[in-house]
Amino acid sequence: MSSYKELELLRFSTAVSVDDGKSTLIGRLLYDTKTIFEDQIKSVQETCDRKGLQELDLALFTDGLAAEREQGITIDVAYRYFSTPKRKFIIADTPGHEQYTRNMVTGASTSNLAIILIDARKGVLIQSKRHAFISSLLGIPHVVVAINKMDLVDYDEDIYNSIRNDFVDFSSKMNIPDLSFIPVSALKGDNVVDRGENMPWYDGYTLLSYLENINIGADRNLIDFRFPVQSVIRPNQDYRGYAGVVESGVVRKGEEIVVLPSGIKSTIKAIDTFDGELDYAFAPQSVTLLLEDEVDISRGDTIVRPNNIPAVGRDFEAMICWMSEDPFDVNKKYIFKHTTQSFKGKVNELYYRIDMNTLHRQKTSALMLNEMGRVSVRTQKPLFYDSYDRNRATGHFIMIDEMNNNTVAAGMIMTKPTDISELPPEDTGV
Amino acid sequence: MSTNECYEMDHLSALESESIHIIREVVAEFKNPVMLYSVGKDSCVMAHLARKAFFPGKLPFALMHIDTGYKFQEMYDFRDQYAKDIGARLIVDSNKQAIKDGAHPSKLGTDKCCGLLKTQALLDGLEKGGYDAAFGGARRDEEKSRAKERIFSFRDDFGQWDPKNQRPELWHLYNGRVNDGESIRVFPLSNWTEVDIWQYIRKERIPVVSMYFAKKRDVVERKGVLIPVDKNTHLEEGEEVREVECRFRSLGCSPCTGAVPSEVRNIDDLIEELQQARNSERENRVIDMGSDSSMEDKKKEGYF
Ligand SMILES: Nc1nc2c(ncn2[C@@H]2O[C@H](COP(=O)(O)OP(=O)(O)O)[C@@H](O)[C@H]2O)c(=O)[nH]1
Repeated sequence: MSSYKELELLRFSTAVSVDDGKSTLIGRLLYDTKTIFEDQIKSVQETCDRKGLQELDLALFTDGLAAEREQGITIDVAYRYFSTPKRKFIIADTPGHEQYTRNMVTGASTSNLAIILIDARKGVLIQSKRHAFISSLLGIPHVVVAINKMDLVDYDEDIYNSIRNDFVDFSSKMNIPDLSFIPVSALKGDNVVDRGENMPWYDGYTLLSYLENINIGADRNLIDFRFPVQSVIRPNQDYRGYAGVVESGVVRKGEEIVVLPSGIKSTIKAIDTFDGELDYAFAPQSVTLLLEDEVDISRGDTIVRPNNIPAVGRDFEAMICWMSEDPFDVNKKYIFKHTTQSFKGKVNELYYRIDMNTLHRQKTSALMLNEMGRVSVRTQKPLFYDSYDRNRATGHFIMIDEMNNNTVAAGMIMTKPTDISELPPEDTGV
Repeated sequence: MSTNECYEMDHLSALESESIHIIREVVAEFKNPVMLYSVGKDSCVMAHLARKAFFPGKLPFALMHIDTGYKFQEMYDFRDQYAKDIGARLIVDSNKQAIKDGAHPSKLGTDKCCGLLKTQALLDGLEKGGYDAAFGGARRDEEKSRAKERIFSFRDDFGQWDPKNQRPELWHLYNGRVNDGESIRVFPLSNWTEVDIWQYIRKERIPVVSMYFAKKRDVVERKGVLIPVDKNTHLEEGEEVREVECRFRSLGCSPCTGAVPSEVRNIDDLIEELQQARNSERENRVIDMGSDSSMEDKKKEGYF
């Protein structure tokens, strides 16, 4: 009889530059955790034989689409799954190529953790700084820096320490709540799943045991109750339920609530699910709320507690990442999709962009694909939002081009008054 | 805050909640969604999640089965009973012309046969119904090219998928905007694995076709795959029918679905077997064996 084990779910993403060994590392994680099936191993083995390779090329396990097989590079975000007796993992496998910032932002948006890979021979490059910057901007709570290819530097502790110190130095100004370092060799396997014998000087976690053991329970915001209504469930005259996800916080039966934007107050009569009523619900549960009073509520409204309401407004500031081939147009109206609300809106001002090579801010009048910039936005109707660094769930939005319906940007709302000391340094142009 | 509350969520609850959110988004944002229902285990889980999403209401969309005519009798019986039990509207669609012309994998090859009986039938069925969104039970862990599939996957007005030009998908904000004629395929089970599916079926006691469990069946061995023998089987020269205790890991059409030798008779043993399994679930699907990228090519043309 097999026992059912409750596993915690951890979503992580990878941030690398081409050839740092990401595919090999993920292949190694999957292979050493016995996630890869024999028929898949056989198929990769055949490819390796055809190419005349001596060893099994672990990178081939995560190789996805035909187009990229031809080009030999990953071009998009791919999702991979594995589990151990402790956790189930979802990997957002994203490439580190410069023009693919949008993919890294995409992968990071759902992750609790980012693995930043550094080639031990090269040390901290601008790319690594960029990865750290994006991870902090996207509010990833845990960052682990895997210093790879240790086999090529004789597993030298000094090299590891110096890279680690460099990284700590430049990242200290960024918002990375939890930062760790692990020396690994993806190719040979040291400190990935098995410890190996080549780095006796390192007594920290292996990568897998780190992934299995870090505390992610505190990553959610369980304080600010936010419930954007997805839809109204009304099977008959006697039942009117508001379906949605508790995006953050906790809600309890009998509690007083207020509905935005109407401001009408009521009390939670029941928290309903297919499996019966609940006394309380928390993020990120999907539930249906029933209220004591007949209130006119529809999709896009948000239910909160009277003494803890989000910002309500048409004007806000944000950092956006431009994701489209079409350049950003300051005069154009876009659709801003935020929680279950979608409104037309417009960027009032583009303050600066981040130069992804120097991480300095730069005056600009346009944003191109893969560029990030600080903007102020005005929407047609008020949004109910929190600042992204306080509440990841209600602090983000996407921008959609009305003409072709493409998703053209991702945005993180920043409500803190701009403190000049926290800005990236200005680019003086020299 | 009362102290006896617990805010932990195990992986099945997290996956369930995510899927329910996706299904509700589609119903809120699209005019005319439909749920593809293949009778397999993934479809059963997806339909169950949809019931949960709209409880105590009924499913606000129909279940659509693309019938190739080559499904197993057990599957047809199960399908009809299940739809009745949950009070769902069931639409059955097929490529009648191709079926009349006698399309069969042994004559056309699996690629061509799937193209006609599945892909074409599906595209026609979707067009006929005027659906702007179609739920599918595909999972990203099933096959390499699925790993990059979005949860909301855009299809042009020919139902085609362009893997190089997909809308970025961030957080859980889904962009479901389409023009007339275009549509979105939605995959609420994207983040589930095969083991998750079975653990969930056990936890929720979801009924599934008994073909997933072992019994003695008449089979013939082809290219190392055990093909069950029924009225649709064309026996070839020198082929011999044997009785083998076996079960199916995934269900397709009878000529192309292989069984695996197994003694698994209940779901606990099934999950145990899976966790020990050394081969992927599609190993016995003859359709993926065509070429190294065969699934990706099929998907571009509109296959689910
Ligand atoms: N010596 C050594 N080579 C490695 C290691 N990790 C990756 N490589 C090699 O580095 C090259 C690039 O690796 P790959 O995984 O394809 O990098 P990606 O572009 O980041 O996915 C390949 O030739 C790998 O075999 C390592 O730990 N040690």
